[in-house]
Amino acid sequence: MLDALLPYLWPTLKTAGIILLIVVPLILCVAYLTYAERKVIGYMQLRKGPNVVGPFGLLQPIADALKLLHKETIIPTNASPLLFLVAPLLTFALSMMAWAVIPFDEGIVLANINVGVLYLFAISSLGVYGIIIAGWASNSKYAFLGALRSAAQMVSYEVSIGFVMITVLMCAGSLNLSQIVEAQRTVWFAVPLFPMFVVFFVSSLAETNRAPFDLPEAEAELVSGYNVEYSSMPFALFFLGEYANMILMSAMTSILFLGGWLPPLPFAPFTLIPGFVWFALKIAFMLFLFLWVRATLPRYRYDQLMRLGWKVFLPFSLLWVVGTAGVLVAFDLAP
Amino acid sequence: MRQLLLRLSAFGLKEIFSGMALTLRAFFRPKVTLNYPYEKGPVSPRFRGQHALRRYDTGEERCISCKLCEAVCPAQAITIEGAPREDQSRRTVRYDIDMTKCIYCGLCQEACPVDAIVEGPNFEFSTFTREELFYDKEKLLDNGDRWEPILAQNIESDAPYR
Repeated sequence: MLDALLPYLWPTLKTAGIILLIVVPLILCVAYLTYAERKVIGYMQLRKGPNVVGPFGLLQPIADALKLLHKETIIPTNASPLLFLVAPLLTFALSMMAWAVIPFDEGIVLANINVGVLYLFAISSLGVYGIIIAGWASNSKYAFLGALRSAAQMVSYEVSIGFVMITVLMCAGSLNLSQIVEAQRTVWFAVPLFPMFVVFFVSSLAETNRAPFDLPEAEAELVSGYNVEYSSMPFALFFLGEYANMILMSAMTSILFLGGWLPPLPFAPFTLIPGFVWFALKIAFMLFLFLWVRATLPRYRYDQLMRLGWKVFLPFSLLWVVGTAGVLVAFDLAP
Repeated sequence: MRQLLLRLSAFGLKEIFSGMALTLRAFFRPKVTLNYPYEKGPVSPRFRGQHALRRYDTGEERCISCKLCEAVCPAQAITIEGAPREDQSRRTVRYDIDMTKCIYCGLCQEACPVDAIVEGPNFEFSTFTREELFYDKEKLLDNGDRWEPILAQNIESDAPYR
């Protein structure tokens, strides 16, 4: 029995090691994304942001994490305890799982599968379940309303994200994320498909429930949305999941539109810098855009949000799918 | 035509980009944050902070137990008991201010005929217990001794406007 399992031991351990190598820095990045968010928004509001804990306040996220860990996990009397605790785990696990197919550099990817985009799309769609389960299991009206809004919003914007991805797929000719990046050697897809890039960015704001589409947690009317009843570690898991999703969407944007690990110009000073640094820089730029938008724009009204999703983005991206297909076939550019 | 231009500019996200440009400019502007425990803002000479009972230069306490402050206090935070001293001058034997009742209106210092009770520039006197905020005469006189240079200066600088 043991002899039969032994050959699998080493590959399993190796994969587990690689997973740790991806997940641990990712969680650190999430922690420091919260720090960056507070700093950036502070700077845009002429404040300094956190600057007391450690040099430049750099230990603030660690202090926040310790504080959250010390809190009591409260399960409301009317809640369904199992689902209540499964929901944050689901959200967190899904936001980590998606990173399996993200290529960090040429050949550096955990699972170089040929349906990478499809996998990402599936995982990000499943993310809705964590939220709707949280809202339902909490048995509280605010949480429920927040979850409903969140689910409706994510489903609506996924449609236009789907069409944007199809446009990119047609240009790249592959569902494999590494090959999509390779297809951008000549020009980043953000240039010829700029309107799609904008649509994708705005949709990813809605998809991750970020301002100006943070209606699920509209503080003014819903307290804090689907996670009102959560405290301590379950809350931290939601928080980590949400911010990991932000990083994931930024990574997707940089892979689909900004040439992933490719340097901006294919000659000396740029090519010397390793690919994953370019990838990280692109993700950081997209994340800065997320924070910048949050510091600038007021929240959308719910009907405006739905109108934008279904009546503007959906027809617009559909038009671009048809248009891109037409151009690719007419000029014989299709890969 | 105007309508069309408006539509076009909305479609090009004109307003959104101008808003984003504004926040980006703010991002690089100098920050206004006051690093509070290490940096403090200016305090007006009329600032009404922690109370103090002042003395004359001779060291004699100013308060003559006229109880005008006790009478005027809208929060009834002041309690005074007065009695003649051995030299037959009337003085307080008890002067208490309940700082948890006080609303810092400054009527006591307005009412005082001898500039004895004043509100000083100190606003950092929070305590861990409620009892520590029930000030007695000793505490108030001690405050007066501690803050006297600034208190005298504040009264002087405000005198021309009275």
